[in-house]
Amino acid sequence: MQRELKRQGLKDNSPITVGFVGNPNCGKTTLFNAFTGAKLKVANWPGVTVEKVEGETSYEGRPIRVIDTPGIYSLTSYTIEEIVTRKCIEDEEVDVIINVVDASSLERNLYLTLQLLELKKPVILALNMMDIVEERGMEIDLHRLPELLGHIPVVPVSARKRSGLDVLMHAVVHHYEEGPQGVVVRYAPQMETKIGQVEAALRNRYGNMDNLRWHAIKMLEYDEEVNKDHPLNLTGIVDYSYEKDIINEKYDYIEEIIHECLFNKERQAAMTDRIDELLTHPVWGIPVFLGIMALVFFLTFTVGDFLKGYFETGLDYFSQGFLAGLKALGASPWLISLLVDGIVAGVGGILTFLPNIFILFLALAFLEDSGYMARVAYVMNETMSKVGLSGKAFLPMLLGFGCTVPAVMATRALATDRDRRRTILITPFMSCSARLPIYVLFAHMFFREHALLVAYSLYLIGLLVAIGVAYVVHKGAGGEEEDDALLIELPEYKTPNGRTVAIYVWEKVEDYLTKAGTTIFIASIALWFVLNIGPGGMVEDVSGSYAAMIGRFLVPVLKPAGLGSWQIAVALISGLSAKEVVVSSFSVLYGINNINSAAGMMELSQILAIQGFGAVNAYALMIFCLLYSPCVAAIATIKRETRSLPWTAAMVGFQILMAWGMSVLVYQAGTIFLG
Amino acid sequence: MRLNEGAIGGTYKVAKVTVDEKITRRLEALGVNEKTPVTILNKKGSGSLIIKVRGTRLALGKRISDGILVEEAGHDAKRA
Repeated sequence: MQRELKRQGLKDNSPITVGFVGNPNCGKTTLFNAFTGAKLKVANWPGVTVEKVEGETSYEGRPIRVIDTPGIYSLTSYTIEEIVTRKCIEDEEVDVIINVVDASSLERNLYLTLQLLELKKPVILALNMMDIVEERGMEIDLHRLPELLGHIPVVPVSARKRSGLDVLMHAVVHHYEEGPQGVVVRYAPQMETKIGQVEAALRNRYGNMDNLRWHAIKMLEYDEEVNKDHPLNLTGIVDYSYEKDIINEKYDYIEEIIHECLFNKERQAAMTDRIDELLTHPVWGIPVFLGIMALVFFLTFTVGDFLKGYFETGLDYFSQGFLAGLKALGASPWLISLLVDGIVAGVGGILTFLPNIFILFLALAFLEDSGYMARVAYVMNETMSKVGLSGKAFLPMLLGFGCTVPAVMATRALATDRDRRRTILITPFMSCSARLPIYVLFAHMFFREHALLVAYSLYLIGLLVAIGVAYVVHKGAGGEEEDDALLIELPEYKTPNGRTVAIYVWEKVEDYLTKAGTTIFIASIALWFVLNIGPGGMVEDVSGSYAAMIGRFLVPVLKPAGLGSWQIAVALISGLSAKEVVVSSFSVLYGINNINSAAGMMELSQILAIQGFGAVNAYALMIFCLLYSPCVAAIATIKRETRSLPWTAAMVGFQILMAWGMSVLVYQAGTIFLG
Repeated sequence: MRLNEGAIGGTYKVAKVTVDEKITRRLEALGVNEKTPVTILNKKGSGSLIIKVRGTRLALGKRISDGILVEEAGHDAKRA
């Protein structure tokens, strides 16, 4: 039998079409990419795939066409994703369905599985995220599970580790030959009678259909699409929608499956309940959240600074050695200046902030993987409701502490366009990691032992400005009572997985290094050129350079904010390419190597002090950097996500105005009160 | 009674779901349906709450928790 099948498989080389179907955020796209080698956008929030995507792979020479479908919870036809997926399965002659299931949330995922099983197409269950199941100390009975699902193949896979992929494709080929599974869910006798009656009526009217039972069930649910395609008069048989009963019976069956196949769930649930008593406490929830964020920034600063020392020593050695090497090679002075003052100072200076960035993302990854993030949506729900948003809108804002770009993309999970735009408007006010070097540098230089407090105040001000802006927009739009329709799943807590955290952090570190090697590298070179070239060619004195000319133009505008020097103006303009560039620009502008070291800071603060730039100015500068447009990449993302250039342009204008207004306010108030 | 009138720790049976069509569908797919038992795990004065239903924890805003009508479940369920 085995032998025969194998020979058959080898002989028959007709292509098989496979559809990946599953709940949102269960790892379909990661799996699809693993098979096709495609690099589709994957993200850890639901709703990234909106249209179906196709690719090619093969198993032992047999071509396999794979289709990735949008994530759905159910096979009804209420949402656009459901209709796309259903059409795709029915019309696109999908031969085999791979139902990708998040094993760590089996109950919810199996609901779709039971519906797919009714389609009368071969279904294969790909159990993804088994590692999370294990981490939570749970076990799934992999022998009993297929028995309860009509003996379909159940294949544990890991899209991330690329394991189980061959087994899955093998299952596709042989299960395709075997044909679809039998009936899995048997409903209560009365329901089965009804199904039988509708089946008979359908057969009478349309002849024998492939999936008669599925059509009959959908008819009983009053499904619009099925009724449109196969109109049928069912008076006397179906007198109301049986949808709720059908759903309940499916869920009853799922409970049975869970009871039989999932072990040790209770223990973990009990632990989550205990943790939630504190973390989602009606009163303590918000203080606990603020405390956790304070801890994150505390670690970012203290541990990051501790590690930073090694980087600085390394950079010092490197730039000294590099300089000596260049001199030995007889490089021309301008080339030495470009390489040492431009590139090494700019890029190298930024690299020394890597430890802080590393710790920040480590902490954020820890929070994200532990399951806490979703709780924050609940904790902040009331606050967000008051400003016309749902607690869910707080999640993109939290991601904004890392980077504005993915944060803006995460707003896709929000229900309406109105909510999305409002959230996109306020998300850039959350201090992203690129602003961290500015805070680290200026807080240390001007506030010394209070550096940490000053930096935390900036994070808080960003948060308050974001919420304040949302409030004003909300009131401006009439301020009608927000229909607080928060609906979010709270996963069980788990110890963060070392591997997941490592991958996440490494990606961010890689991004940071890439940014240092590209954007900051180019910005440093460009800045060096505009600093060293003026209308009359190379300049001896930088004040005759193009940079100075451009900067001076803005001095009158920035003066009320205490930022009235052309160098600061130039740094702020360059900062639009990436916020770290504000710092690298200071290095290049003042020719300071190793700006982040004690010596570098001393040198810079002395130069600035001569210009009359003190603590109040520094605070105004940080406020300005906190509030003005994050960077070109973020602006481009916002343009793409809102699909509106005027809106994006208005937002950039608003951010710059906000930054200017707030820094003027801070500077003026600061000089009055502090002299 | 409304779901948000229930007590923390109490288990109730859903009698009727009266929210937007779209949210009703979403709740159905998550297994919140007529006759489904739900347990209230956490509750805020504003009406948002955390429930446990069919093995999943859900955080619900006021409008949804207002729109889910429940009745007392049997005493057995209450202890569960």
